[in-house]
Amino acid sequence: MKILWELFITFFKIGAFTFGGGYAMLPLIQQEVCDNKHWIKEEEIVDVIALSQSVPGAIAVNASTFIDYKISGIKGALVATLGTVLPSFLIILSLAGLLLKFAGNEIVEKAFSGIRAMVMALILAAVFKMGKSSIKDYRTLTIAVISFVFLLLFDLHPIVAIIFGGLAGVIIYNKFILLKDKEGCN
Amino acid sequence: MVYWQLFLSFFKIGLFSYGGGFAMIPLIQKEIESHNWLTAHEFVNIIAVSEATPGPVAINSATFVGFKTAGFWGAFVSTLGVCLPSLIIVLILARIVDKFIDHPVVKGMLYGIRPVVISLVLLAAVFVAQTVLFTEQGVLGVDWISVIIACLGFLGVMKYKLHPILLIFIAGVSGILFY
Repeated sequence: MKILWELFITFFKIGAFTFGGGYAMLPLIQQEVCDNKHWIKEEEIVDVIALSQSVPGAIAVNASTFIDYKISGIKGALVATLGTVLPSFLIILSLAGLLLKFAGNEIVEKAFSGIRAMVMALILAAVFKMGKSSIKDYRTLTIAVISFVFLLLFDLHPIVAIIFGGLAGVIIYNKFILLKDKEGCN
Repeated sequence: MVYWQLFLSFFKIGLFSYGGGFAMIPLIQKEIESHNWLTAHEFVNIIAVSEATPGPVAINSATFVGFKTAGFWGAFVSTLGVCLPSLIIVLILARIVDKFIDHPVVKGMLYGIRPVVISLVLLAAVFVAQTVLFTEQGVLGVDWISVIIACLGFLGVMKYKLHPILLIFIAGVSGILFY
């Protein structure tokens, strides 16, 4: 019981203090569960991060679920997920009321006009930052371009794009990259 | 049954959004659009609020959309819906992870999905640009104040590595001053 409570508090703290979503949470999670609490080892956390990015869903939720499953099974996973999610849930719940109330307010509208422009810049910056690690060769670049064209011009559903991307990846990876690696070894 | 619809929509979002954060935006937008839950402006405001408050964008959007559509319980079922797929998938995978992560099929899948994620984030930028850049009063129909804020912001993130919260704050103040 004591460990569950500690898990909850730790992940509540992580959820409450990381701005900017999933990726920003990873260093904090690492610091708390490896350095402070010694719940899991440094090399294990690398696997956790790789896995969290490989499955669908919010990265922070994936990471906390995975870590706490390792520490104390399904109960731990449920408790930590709750801890991670609860702060944003409560904050947004209290902000939502305010936002809806001031929706027509002139000053708030003006502020949001400026903020919306900034959001565009932030997202564009994310494209470049994430692109560096995901688009490594002309094949991945081709996948990204084709996918973007279909999403934008033909209104392709994002889920369909992800499924096709996965299929194309399996074929390309196993036909070209893996074979090439094997030849390189011989 | 609005609760069921919210739950189902956000379950779908949780199940199919790879890469987290901004990559989730086109999917969330698609669901919101098909049910008329929020206007484009409202949705971009939520993205802004998510950036300025702690927590993942997906959770924040789920909570807000749910609250606006159907009050507290709407927020509750939406947030539950977006978390549940990860919880189930991760719990299953946690048992078989060592075999799983190096399998060529899995590696290939991720090799192909990652660039798609980038195209989704770019699509999110285009979506926000559509709601931001054009206005009926502006010169040539372009909202030049937004263009300037966005360009300076982009420079601020990429070159000077300024914190997003600081940038959002500055953008809010500029909005009040210049609009």
